[in-house]
Order: sequence, then C-alpha cells, then structure tokens
Amino acid sequence: MEWETVIGLEVHIQLATQSKIFSGAATAFGAAPNTQACAVDLAMPGTLPVANEAAFRYAVMFGLAVDAEIATTSVFERKNYFYPDLPKGYQTTQLAKPIVGRGHVDVQLAGGDSKRIRIHHAHLEEDAGKSLHEDFHGMSGIDLNRAGTPLIEVVTEPDMRSAEEAVACARKLHSIATSLGICDGDMSQGSMRFDVNISVRPRGDKTLGTRTETKNLNSFRFIEEAIKLEVARQIDLIEDGGRVVQETRLYDGDSKTARSMRSKEEANDYRYFPCPDLLPVVLEADYIDAIAKQLPELPDARQSRFVNEYGLSTYDAAALSSDAAGAAFFEALVAACGDAKQAANWLMGEVSARLNADERHIKDSPVSAAQLGGLIARVLDNTISGKMAKQVFEVMWKDGGDADTIIANQGLQQVSDTAALEAMVDAVIADSAKQVDNYRNADPAKRPKMLGYFVGQIMKASKGQANPQILNKILLKKLEPKNK
Amino acid sequence: MHDQTIAELSRGLADKAFSCEELTRHYLERIQRLDTAYNSFISVTADAALARARAADAERAAGTAAPLCGIPIAHKDIFCTRGQRTSCGSKMLDNFVPPYNAKVIDNFDNAGCVSLGKTNMDEFAMGSSNENSFYGPVKNPWATDSVPGGSSGGSAACVAARLAPAATATDTGGSIRQPASHCGVTGLKPTYGRVSRWGMIAFASSLDQGGIITRTAEDAALLLAVMAGFDARDSTSVERPVPDYTEHLSDSIEGLKIGVPAEYFGAGLDAGVGAAVEAAIEQYEALGAQIKTISLPHSNLAVPAYYVIAPAECSANLSRFDGVRYGYRCDNPKDLADLYKRSRGEGFGAEVKRRILVGTYALSAGYYDAYYNKAQQVRRLIKQDFVTAFTEVDVVLGPTAPAPAFRFGAKSDDPVAMYLEDIYTTPVNLAGLPGLSLPCGQVAGKPVGLQLIGNYFEEARLLNIAHQFQLATGHHLQAPQGI
Repeated sequence: MEWETVIGLEVHIQLATQSKIFSGAATAFGAAPNTQACAVDLAMPGTLPVANEAAFRYAVMFGLAVDAEIATTSVFERKNYFYPDLPKGYQTTQLAKPIVGRGHVDVQLAGGDSKRIRIHHAHLEEDAGKSLHEDFHGMSGIDLNRAGTPLIEVVTEPDMRSAEEAVACARKLHSIATSLGICDGDMSQGSMRFDVNISVRPRGDKTLGTRTETKNLNSFRFIEEAIKLEVARQIDLIEDGGRVVQETRLYDGDSKTARSMRSKEEANDYRYFPCPDLLPVVLEADYIDAIAKQLPELPDARQSRFVNEYGLSTYDAAALSSDAAGAAFFEALVAACGDAKQAANWLMGEVSARLNADERHIKDSPVSAAQLGGLIARVLDNTISGKMAKQVFEVMWKDGGDADTIIANQGLQQVSDTAALEAMVDAVIADSAKQVDNYRNADPAKRPKMLGYFVGQIMKASKGQANPQILNKILLKKLEPKNK
Repeated sequence: MHDQTIAELSRGLADKAFSCEELTRHYLERIQRLDTAYNSFISVTADAALARARAADAERAAGTAAPLCGIPIAHKDIFCTRGQRTSCGSKMLDNFVPPYNAKVIDNFDNAGCVSLGKTNMDEFAMGSSNENSFYGPVKNPWATDSVPGGSSGGSAACVAARLAPAATATDTGGSIRQPASHCGVTGLKPTYGRVSRWGMIAFASSLDQGGIITRTAEDAALLLAVMAGFDARDSTSVERPVPDYTEHLSDSIEGLKIGVPAEYFGAGLDAGVGAAVEAAIEQYEALGAQIKTISLPHSNLAVPAYYVIAPAECSANLSRFDGVRYGYRCDNPKDLADLYKRSRGEGFGAEVKRRILVGTYALSAGYYDAYYNKAQQVRRLIKQDFVTAFTEVDVVLGPTAPAPAFRFGAKSDDPVAMYLEDIYTTPVNLAGLPGLSLPCGQVAGKPVGLQLIGNYFEEARLLNIAHQFQLATGHHLQAPQGI
C-alpha cells in the first residue's frame, strides 16, 4: 500500500522583548538561576499580571508577515495544570480569541516548486520555567528565569506531506521571525521550539489517520529525523495489523529514538477559562496600521531584491536572505568589499563551514563583515591569492585582527614583481630541461595541463606567494616554443 | 478616646488633645485586654505601631503631617504587609512573610496611619461566619455565642468592640457588608476597580474588592479617599480621579429616588430585619427621599451564579499554594504528587477544599457550558437588572443579610444555608457595583444592617445618603454591652 504522510506544526517562538509578558523582570538568557524572576513570576500571593505592550506589537508584526487576520479583541485564558516550573499552577495563554487568526506562508521546495502552508492561528502566551533534574541528588531544581517569557505559538493546518515540507515550513517561520526581529532565532537556547503532529493514511483517503505529537524539537535536523522515524513507525505499526494511538512523544536527538510520553487518556483536562486578572485587549486599527507601516523587509522580498540588486542566482539569494542576521552580514560585506559574488562565495563557503564547525550563529561570528571585506579586497587587488586568503581567514577567526596586519605579520604578500618572478621562472626552466622540452613539443591543447608542473615548482619556491596571474603570463611567454 | 470617630480623633490629634502615641497605646491596651474574648486579631504588631506613632507625632510637631497621620487602623490579614506575616486565615500561609506591601497598605502608610495589626478572617476569605479561620472563630461583640459574619469578621468585630477606629476589609460576595451588618458597623465595598487589588490575596479576581469598615459613613469617606486610586500594577484597576468623598456628605437628599427591590423582601427574610429596614425607608421618606418599588428580576439567580463563578476562579487562584516556593509544605514528601496532595490536603481547611472542588468541577470538560458559561450569562442578566434600575432610581435600598447574626455551628453542616447568607450581597459583586451597609436597628439585641447599592463609581453619593441617615438616627452610635 502507498502511504501519505500528513504533518502539522505547532511552533513556539520566544519573543525578544526586554521584559516578561506579565511582569517587569528581564528576559535575557543565561543569568544565574532564579535571578530573573520577580514576585509576579514566582506567583507570590497577591501579585497580579500586567500585559507587556511589546509582546502584542511583536505578535501583530508576525500576523502581518504571514498575511493573517489580526484580532481586534484578544482574550487571555488560564490553562490549569500542576507542575513545579509553572508557579501559578496555570499558564496564561489564549484559546478562544487568539491575537492572530488565519494566515499562510509560502515555502520553496527542492524541485523549485513553491507550496502554500496555511496557518490556523497564532496566540500569545507565557513560557514556563525549567525543571533541572541533574545535580540535585535525586531531587529536582527549579529555575524560574524563563517563567513568563513571552511566546507566540503558531499552529499550522495539517498541510505538509513530507519531512522536507515540514522543515521548509519551519525554516520559513524561523526566517520570518528573525527578519522581523521579534525572536533571536537561537534554537539551541530554545528560542524556537517545534511540536510536530504526524499521521499517515493510504494515499487517496480523505479522512486523517490518528495523529501523534512529537514535542519540543529544537533543530531543523531533529524535525526531519523525528518525522522520518515516526512515519516509519506508524506505517510499520499499521501494516503489522496494529493501530496508531493518539499520544505525545519525545524524540531524543542523541540516540535518534523516540518514546511515548503520555497517551490521550492520561492527558490533562486543562479547564481553560478567561483570566479575570487581565481584561480583554482591544487593538485599535491605527495601532495595527502603524505597525504595518514600520514592518521590516520580509524574507521573500529580500530574496527578490538580492537577485535584482546583487545579481545573485535564486539559489544563492535564497540561502543568503533567509536569516536576517546573515542577510545583514552579507550586505555589510558587499559594502566593504564591493563584490557581491565574492561575498556570497565566502559566506556560503568558508564562513558557513566555520560557523557550523563551531556551532555558532552568524551574529556571533568572531570575524566581522568589515574584517572579511578587507580580506576579500586584498584578494581582488591581487595582494594575496585566494588560497592565501583562506590562511588569513583562519588567523582572523582564531586571533582576530585586520587582513592587512595579518598579511604583513605573516609575510603573505604575493610576489607580483615581474622581475623577481621572471628570475624564478628562469631558474625553474633551467632546472627542468626535460619538462620544458616535453611542453614545447606537446600538442598545444595539452599544454595548459602541463603548465601546472611549472606553476607548482614556482609556488613551492615562492612559498605560495607568487601572484598566479602574473606568473601564468610570464610562464606562457617564456615556455613558448621558439622559432614557430 | 475609643468612642471617637476618625473625624474626631483627627481633630483631637490636630488640637494636641492627645498624642499619636497615646492614642495608639490606648488601642493596643484595649486589644490586649479585650480581644481574648473576640479573637478579632491574628497578629498585633505593637512595637511597629508604637514606633510608627512616635514618628507620626514628630511629623505632626513638624507641621508636615497629613490629616490622618497617627490614626490607628487594623488591616485584614488578606493584605500583604512587608516583613509581617500575612496568613489569609490559613494554615497554608501561617509562615508566610511577604517581601512587599499591598497597594492598600502602602496607601495607608503614606497617609501616616498606624497599623495596629492584622485581623482575623475566614480562610482565604471564604465564609460568611468567620468559622473557617485557621486561627479560630471571631466572636460577635454583641453576642459572643454568635458569629460576627464573614469573611471580614475580625475587621467588623474589632471596630464594633472599639479595638480599632477602622479596619480594612475585602468583599467578594458580601464579606464587608454582611459582617458590618452583623456587628452594627458601617462597611463600604467600592466599585470593582476603584481600589487596587495588588498585594490583596486573591479569592475570586473578578469579584474581589478592597474596602473599609468604620463606625460612620463620614469615616468611610475619609478613608476611602486614602484607599482608592488607579494602580498600574492591577490591570483591572480603573484610571479615574479620586474625588473628595467628604465634599457632598452634607448635601440634602431631598428628592433622592430610592429603589426598593421587591425581590429583597420575599421568603427567607427575618421579620425583625424586614421591620427595621421598613423603618429606615420611612426615615428616608421623612428626609425627603422618594421611595419607588423596583424589580431586580434575576436576584434569585445570584447565589447559584456566584457559587459557580467564585469557586471556578478560586480553583485556579489557589493553585499556586503547592508547597513548592512558600507557605505550608508537608513533611517528607515521597514524590511530587505526594508533595502536592499532602501540602494542599493538610494546608487548606474544609471550606476552601469544597470550593476548589466545586470550581474544578464547574470548569471541567463537559460541564463548562452548563455551569461556568451559564453562570456568566446569569451574571450579565443581573448586571443588566441594575443598569435598568439605575435609569429609574438613584440608589437601591434593602437588607444586607436575611437575618441577624446566628449562633456558632448553626449553619456549619449546611453549606447551602450558609451560602444563602449572601443572597442580598452577591448580586452587587456580580454587577461590580458599590455597596454600603450601615446599622438601622436591632433584633433581640443583635444589629441589623441596611444595604445601599449605588451606580458605578457613585461612592460619594452612597456616603452622602448614609451620612444623612446617621445624622438623623442613632443606630450607628450603639455599642455592644460592656464596650
């Protein structure tokens, strides 16, 4: 039987507001445990929430970016359950009246096709704290720094039909959120987390199969792996005569396995009801219009601009425009070196490889656009070769410094002095009578390949510093067969 | 000194008839001597009170004092007090010392008032008799075999027994007005949103409102001006200027249109209470008011709606008391579920548990529409009844409670009978209106309260109407025997 996969996403996007959604405590990541939790976050008796305007502004920005209806009246509700990292015993969230209504995103697939994924809604809510189960001698520690951090939860329709589509959608949402500047996009720190609803059905069936939800995936790779694993599990299960049970599952990226967390029967009755401490929030049309006018450039628009303005291929433009910080880096790099193609090659090549190896995001790159631009400029003006540039880049990445200083310190300047190069060429020709003969007697079509030997010899002699273009010219001239 | 009103004490301090310290010592001495009989205080903060009184004397000597500087006051133990235990009448918070003040506490501190201590109350403000306090019941100063009403029973009793000239209180379904009625004192529940709820431990957030218990309407006017006002930390607080509530106290009520709802005089109303209220109506006629019988047709639905909405909200509001961060924690929990179950099972009293269960049930999947949603619909109808009434009349008048204070234990085994104590008071909370109870007579030596219900933010008018009654009558001057 041929199976069809059906996938929907629930995406938690941490909003990069200065303070929490219902208190004045700071939201910065990485502070010592429980130092960024005030009396409200601790749910001390008598404390009350006050909604943070910035969280609404960010949610509206997101809604506008996905072409969604913005609710003029949104209502916070209490979602009741007990857990030690949920101090109030309920999460303040939105259910019946979320701030962002129906919208959509268009994602690019590998074949060049585009697909529209519908968004069911997005709502504002507070994050919980963290339970730490290690280092407490069999007990658990609670860190409430994250409690009350604003989130929007984006819920898509079950419109995706493969892991590839789901990852493309996840990447697009990441790209939109970071381009808007409403989220730092740092998935390793939990700034974006994905829950994936997965079901399978015989191809052609109209009704949906029973779905499972794999929760809390925090990398695009994990999303892909978890989906493939779960789809295979469901198909195996059904083909062996079993049936899929509605449940929540957890994927472990290290062991590449998943396990059931709780079944539908064990699910909480959350007893949602409107939060009486927070009045319904009414947004005026003027407020929404003002946000719309100041909306930053979105990934789709930026991609077309990169094609038109910098002459990039669609592929390069897509790769360089999806991440807001990456796109900003690219544009600064072009400004610094004046060559978009070189800038693109460097970013998608060396820089990307180093960032991946170090597990860093471009905004934390130790080499700035100005530094790298200075280095590319030295390649463009032939001070150093492309190969040398990679050496300089390594030094720059590890120890910092500008290109000119590193080049000078390491003595990496190219030898472009014609006289010096001619002398080297003469010396090599003198020592390589056999190779010179072979060259001169060879079929002209084969000669360019044979030239490599001489280039190699001179590069060796010059410790790689010979300017390859000038060297090439000299070699061709000097090796030219006489009397022909 | 303890027979004087706050208006009189304020003049006495200004005239140097006595010092703030003398006044404070006088009340502290009375509390120490007499409160063993009433149990109206949970904590008495004598040292802090005397220090504050001496500071008040210095301010008065320096001429920098506000009018209420040095006036002693008691606070219901539901308002958080920085550095001083705030128990909310519960074992759950017997060890809880807040690191912050309620806005109401700050307001009185800033006005120079001297806090004598924290008054007893039904646990988490849930009760109509004060029998639900972890610290034991409060006894009614008029009849110590009877309840003082609740949940602000300690506040009402301490004012009635002249252990404090005034006490703060809160009212979710009648918790200021009903004990004021049973203890023969004046109690004002302001419009929802008039007084900040910051630092006031929540029972039912959409109904809770801080207010004041005094002996006279004039005193209530003086203290409401201190209490009221917008607070950015309470999203339900209303941004609206605070008037001088004493400005219109002396206005004539000639031509005032008083609405008397037929539904408030039906079955269940004690004949003596009915007669006292009728007499008050005649008194108002004599003062020139016009009496009009009106209808509040959904009144009989108020108690059932209230006892769905209030428990539903409390079931979530009290979830934070889980033994994890503060408050009572059971000994040696064997796991997380055990920690929750025993901390809450041992830390909460029976009535609190009953309401959490009722509220949890009302919000559960499959019951939400039948209970919570239906109750919210009823709430809108009740509010609409009042909105309609206020197109015809200026104020609504009726009894505060259906009968005078009952004996201890009389309703303990019958929660529904207990809940019917709130039959005339809960509609006011559901509608969010201001309400005031003032003494209008006695039945067999126990006080009877008259309830005035005003339109939104018309506290000044309620106080004017109550003050005119108190100028013309002496019910508010009566004191329990031996006081």
